[in-house]
Amino acid sequence: MRHIISILMENEAGALSRVSGLFSARAYNIESLTVAPTEDTSLSRMTIVSVGSDDVIEQITKQLNKLIEVVKVVDLSEAPHLERELMLVKVRATGKDREEMKRIADIFRGRIIDVTESTYVIELTGNNAKLDAFLEAIGKALILETVRTGVCGIGRGDRILKV
Amino acid sequence: MLLTGAEIVIRCLQEEKVEFVFGYPGGAVLFIYDAMFKQDQLKHILVRHEQAAVHAADAYSRSSQKVGVCMVTSGPGVTNAVTGIATANMDSIPMVIISGQVPTAYIGQDAFQECDTVGITRPCVKHNFLVKDVKDIAVTIKKAFYLAKSGRPGPVLVDIPKDITNHKCEFDYPKSVTMRSYNPVIKGHAGQIKKALQLLLSAKRPIIYAGGGVILSDAANKLIKFAKALGFPVTNTLMGLGGYPATDKQFVGMLGMHGTYEANMAMQNCDVLLAIGARFDDRVIGNTAHFNEVQRKIIHVDIDPSSISKRVKVDIPIVGNVPDVLEDLHKLLDATGEKSDAKALALWWQQIATWRARDCLKYKQNSKVIMPQYVIEKLYEVTGGEAIVTSDVGQHQMWAAQYYKFDKPRRWINSGGLGTMGFGLPAAMGARFANPKATVACVTGEASIQMNIQELSTCKQYRLPIKIINLNNRYLGMVRQWQEMFHGNRYAESYVDALPDFVKLAESYGHVGMYIDKPADVEGALREAFTTHKNELVFMDFITDQTANVFPMIAAGKGLSEMILAEDL
Repeated sequence: MRHIISILMENEAGALSRVSGLFSARAYNIESLTVAPTEDTSLSRMTIVSVGSDDVIEQITKQLNKLIEVVKVVDLSEAPHLERELMLVKVRATGKDREEMKRIADIFRGRIIDVTESTYVIELTGNNAKLDAFLEAIGKALILETVRTGVCGIGRGDRILKV
Repeated sequence: MLLTGAEIVIRCLQEEKVEFVFGYPGGAVLFIYDAMFKQDQLKHILVRHEQAAVHAADAYSRSSQKVGVCMVTSGPGVTNAVTGIATANMDSIPMVIISGQVPTAYIGQDAFQECDTVGITRPCVKHNFLVKDVKDIAVTIKKAFYLAKSGRPGPVLVDIPKDITNHKCEFDYPKSVTMRSYNPVIKGHAGQIKKALQLLLSAKRPIIYAGGGVILSDAANKLIKFAKALGFPVTNTLMGLGGYPATDKQFVGMLGMHGTYEANMAMQNCDVLLAIGARFDDRVIGNTAHFNEVQRKIIHVDIDPSSISKRVKVDIPIVGNVPDVLEDLHKLLDATGEKSDAKALALWWQQIATWRARDCLKYKQNSKVIMPQYVIEKLYEVTGGEAIVTSDVGQHQMWAAQYYKFDKPRRWINSGGLGTMGFGLPAAMGARFANPKATVACVTGEASIQMNIQELSTCKQYRLPIKIINLNNRYLGMVRQWQEMFHGNRYAESYVDALPDFVKLAESYGHVGMYIDKPADVEGALREAFTTHKNELVFMDFITDQTANVFPMIAAGKGLSEMILAEDL
């Protein structure tokens, strides 16, 4: 099953390699990984999307907790949560496709943030499935380039991950 | 007063009451060695290869409970140390390794003797640090010692660039450190402990399975008392030997791949399993699916949550420090005033007695060729079971574990997790430094001993009267055994050709050498070594049976009750 694991860790050099090294050393799967400092710059917040059985996910959270620099770990997918991913897509936009691209971007609440005579860059946020659906709607032929940030997530309501 | 980084390193080690630093100097640690030269509180032990420094510091810790300390230079100094560090990490040994690094400005420039020490060692340490400011040295070393010995112990490496050791600042050693990201659990959960005790009291066919955690946390006495109060059989893992007295009637022997018949059968057929400071290793449980075919309830006490339910699902996990949890369990047992099920236990012990009657460790004596098992039995007799025994890795290691009865903790020192050949001799050195009056024997083989044979020189320098028991079968014995059993007798590269004359070799290093090839001479040679040559290093080269195999044996991937016994062949 797909899990979103949120980690609060000391914002120190090498912290990211400890986490990524753990995943490769123990043959755990990483679908995406995002990391950036929090409002308290001594801490980083990392979101990892991983796929595995419940036993494997349990081991992953235990092994993450064992890392000395990890302060807190939660499996966001255990309870109501929000997830978002940002995507930038460069598409070919010429002739009748130009209007069509704009229309699809609007439908998906995307924004066109760069325009040339023949291309658009469209910015889109949403969950995994929405971004996938958008790419599907445009069709491979017109996509020149895509870049995605990977998922970041947060618990709903009173679920707070903080020191 | 301003001190240099190098002086601060030494002051920190003094503050930690470190007696010995095992190490090898080099360019990047020259300032530290210079600072060490100017004091005499801390003694440096010069090895002949960095791997040996780490093994010696490791065994110093294993045999004394103190933190082992070693020091190596950058680049090859560190890479040579990696095998030792990984060995200590697998067996959870508290150690601090101080490594030199090229000057800060050279890092990343492919400088002479540069390597990414923090990167290379990251997967085989509990934690590591790169110090980038002289002001951080003291607090980092304080953290290193704290991390090494608290929680589940392990090696911690501190990498210090050369320029930092020459910068100056005020020295202030923190009394304590706290880290918001590191808070090991000490006390077990009261509710879980209560549930565990109820389950233990209801058990009909119980067993206590105790591992290295009992030794590391100094919980042997508490384990003995609790096991006695319950009257349960006890088995030890390879790492746990000595955690429960081997000569006690409740002890059923070591379990696992080369464990006793009774220990493995009891483990497989129990209805309640109390696992303490052990981790259901593949060499212990064998095939987990086979193990799970039998219904049983498992209680698992361990300080490391990630050890629990890793290979085998447990019913009652208790995260906590082993002696604390054992004490709480015992207190609760006393408070309830209840007793274990005596009637069921009597039947269970009867069953165990029938397994014991198989006498699984018996072997065929031979009047012409020395049987390796016989040497260990005689070693046990001659030393009265009082020696600290270190071992290398292979058949001799298993025979030492099977035939030397360890009654006390910290007397059996071997590389259990990583299985590092070359461990035995430097480990014997470390054990002797920690226990300057102890009898120290290194049980080894002609292949393993050659992996760190250069340490005979260190032994001479520091006059370490280690007794080397070389079980010389002219084979990589365990490799040969597997090739015989699973690879159609094709002995690929397992014959050890071109062996040195070990007697002359020992003598050339200034030690005593003995060559023993007759069974009748075994005991006499051992007595002579341990009495006449008490204060000398004696290299005993025992020419043993080339075909002897270690039994019982569970083939890789098989279940606990699928043992091959010597009598089956």
